Amino acid sequence: MTDKNIQLSIGSMSCAGCVASVERALRSVPGVEGAAVNFAEHTAGVSGNVTAQALIDAVVAAGYEAAELKGTDEEAEEKEAAEFAWYRSLLKKALVAGVIGAALFGMMLLGMMPSLEGGGRSFWAIVAVASLFVLIYSGGRFFTGAWKAFRGHNANMDTLIALGTGTAWAFSTVILIWPEIVPPQARHLYFEAAVIIIALINLGAALEMRARGKTSEAIRRLIGLQPKTARVVRDGKEIDVPIEQVGLNETLRVRPGEKIAVDGVIIEGHSNIDESMISGEPLPVEKNIGDEVVGGTLNKSGSFLFRATRIGADTALARIIEMVRQAQNSKPAIGRMVDKIAGVFVPVVLLIAVVTFLIWYNVGPEPKSAYVLLTTMTVLIIACPCALGLATPISIMVGVGKAAEYGVLIRHGEALQRAGQLTTVVLDKTGTVTEGRPTVTNLITSDGWDEAKLLSVAASIESGSEHPLAEAIVTAATTRGLALSRAEGFEAIAGHGVQARVDGRSVLFGNRRLMDDHSIELNALPDAAARLAANGETPMFLAVDGAAAGIVAVADPIKADSAAAIERLHKIGIRVVMLTGDNAATAAAVAKQVGIDEVIAEVLPADKSAKVAELQTGGEVVGMVGDGINDAPALARADVGFAIGTGTDVAIESADVTLMRGSLHGVADAIAISQATVRNIKQNLFGAFIYNSLGIPIAAGILFPLFGILLNPIVAGGAMAMSSLTVVTNANRLRLFKPEGAQA
Amino acid sequence: MSFVVNLLAVVLMGFIVWWFWLSRPGVKQANASDVIEVVVENGVYTPAHIEVPQGRVVKLSFERRDPSPCAEKVVFSELDITVDLPVGEKTAVSTGPLAAGEYHFSCQMQMYRGSLVVR
Repeated sequence: MTDKNIQLSIGSMSCAGCVASVERALRSVPGVEGAAVNFAEHTAGVSGNVTAQALIDAVVAAGYEAAELKGTDEEAEEKEAAEFAWYRSLLKKALVAGVIGAALFGMMLLGMMPSLEGGGRSFWAIVAVASLFVLIYSGGRFFTGAWKAFRGHNANMDTLIALGTGTAWAFSTVILIWPEIVPPQARHLYFEAAVIIIALINLGAALEMRARGKTSEAIRRLIGLQPKTARVVRDGKEIDVPIEQVGLNETLRVRPGEKIAVDGVIIEGHSNIDESMISGEPLPVEKNIGDEVVGGTLNKSGSFLFRATRIGADTALARIIEMVRQAQNSKPAIGRMVDKIAGVFVPVVLLIAVVTFLIWYNVGPEPKSAYVLLTTMTVLIIACPCALGLATPISIMVGVGKAAEYGVLIRHGEALQRAGQLTTVVLDKTGTVTEGRPTVTNLITSDGWDEAKLLSVAASIESGSEHPLAEAIVTAATTRGLALSRAEGFEAIAGHGVQARVDGRSVLFGNRRLMDDHSIELNALPDAAARLAANGETPMFLAVDGAAAGIVAVADPIKADSAAAIERLHKIGIRVVMLTGDNAATAAAVAKQVGIDEVIAEVLPADKSAKVAELQTGGEVVGMVGDGINDAPALARADVGFAIGTGTDVAIESADVTLMRGSLHGVADAIAISQATVRNIKQNLFGAFIYNSLGIPIAAGILFPLFGILLNPIVAGGAMAMSSLTVVTNANRLRLFKPEGAQA
Repeated sequence: MSFVVNLLAVVLMGFIVWWFWLSRPGVKQANASDVIEVVVENGVYTPAHIEVPQGRVVKLSFERRDPSPCAEKVVFSELDITVDLPVGEKTAVSTGPLAAGEYHFSCQMQMYRGSLVVR
């Protein structure tokens, strides 16, 4: 066992002299035993008991850049290799115990076992030694674990298994040596039971391990997105290197059909890139010089060069993987309660075993010693706290992974549990229900004006404005190739519009109130404006030299799938509310088109959180969906905050859930997956509780007085081995879950 | 004979209650500046119970020697910390400054158990 070796990529090292100062910075971190910087490769290798983050902080403090060079791939492979080795060792132990146990059991069934009285003692002595070998080889870890736990005033699964099988072997050996201490009818030996129980428990653990492996399939799929090699340009030559060796700020070449290795910025060439695996955007996105590219996405057409800006654990993909991993590790309230029970479970079972012993000893039938041993041993063997402890985390693991498959990144288990309880979903309008990219949708002209002239003047005056709609108007004009003039004396009138002089003429551009304030005669335009607003478009009037010129209507297109997603929410009984700063008419029109139940319009961003709180006071469990920046307080206030993300902004701090695909379907998916996961957890818990609360009394012999039934300890061992496996298998069923109406 | 057996069983029950619930296991004292090494093996954390001074960051280093999946995570439920422990490696876990009290850590199934006793 050695301490960790950490590889770092070091940026901004301009000369060989920097090597010493980086090494000095690294060596100053407590726990570092050795540090060596490779100037040619711009990397550093550090050994010691230290975290990568501490090293990175030290290097950054010394004025350089650093990132950990560890592929998530490498980690996953190490984990898989260790798990496989353990799986094989469990199978081998199960096999050895199984072969000896099956032989003994077979002989017993065939009546080939000699009796103790009939001169079979030598045979039984060999059996005792063989089973002792099995207990040591296949079951040794249970005894070591039980002893170590006992010394630490703790009791665990090992305690139960070791006591159960150990008692069986010890009692049988005592009978073998001194048969006269019990009556002849009680001289039953339990060597085969001890051996078979050990075989079954090892087999169960191996199968559980296999099943557990499947629960982390989602993470493996994400890790699989990352290519293993990258083509870097070093000294003018393009060479393929393992992805772990790509340094910060290095130049990389990507050819058509290749995956992009790390995050970066295009510095030469252009291409179309399929980012569906990260953003869910189905069509390839055109990228040019200066545009960002994301590691793990696929280059479809052109060849280009890019500069690596984020590598290793800092890439968007690595952060997604880390976020999913952390969420998989978190435990909701439902799990914490169970933990308390699991924590006292084993000592309670030990007490029950002693009570069982006392009852059978005092009021049980003859031969007492045989019954006492059988029931006490079976109680110890059947109890399974592992199934209880596993019930919640294993389902959370699969549920969070399943959500990630649908582009829904859940930050913690609590959010996963809570999402299924939502009664109201509050949606922000711009960028949530709509695309968030307003465009000019209609041009209505007055007499003497044409569309081009109208748009040209409107764009000229708006070119000086910072209003979000202004950009749409300027873009529309430049797309049509219209020439813009300079706006002079530009003035924005808050809540009304703008005024300026364009080509020497006085221009007003804004809402109806602006026109009324300047007594502009609008003729038939107000009717057209009302029609546009009813359609969800925002009408803006243009007046030149005191006369109405026309209307420029701008609308933020509704996302193609918003209505369908809201319909899905309605189907599961959720009320959908829209909370927006926009004017009431436009908001109502958008709401009507997508089937929203209630609109709260003209709300300032700062008041959104209060509106969410109001709904909560009314008894609603509220999910808030917004953009994660303007809506941050409302997202934090809501019971579950959903941030609409696009592509790389995966770790939106204020949100419990990030919807990577930018679609409202993600909300419905998250709710459906949450409900399925909580259902799965409840099934697991119910199964584990029922198993233990029925199994233990039956093992103690509660059915004996009425029906004469006693549980065979071998059956108890099998049941115990299967109980954890059943929980894991049930959790694995979640992998097949598909939310109704889901798009993926 | 019967009386002795009954008496022994009752004593055993008393011992179970005392040993697992009432008595305190040995506590390892640690300085605030120390990185506390914890070995994860054979179903137990060694040391399992660690006393640290209050108001200081606690730095632990978990060395997982047990490949069984039971040992793969350490959960500090009161501190909302869960960390994966790769086999054969030392994994650093540090907490924020802690107020006086007892903070438990365990595996996911509550079989490996330990605590930070902050005084």
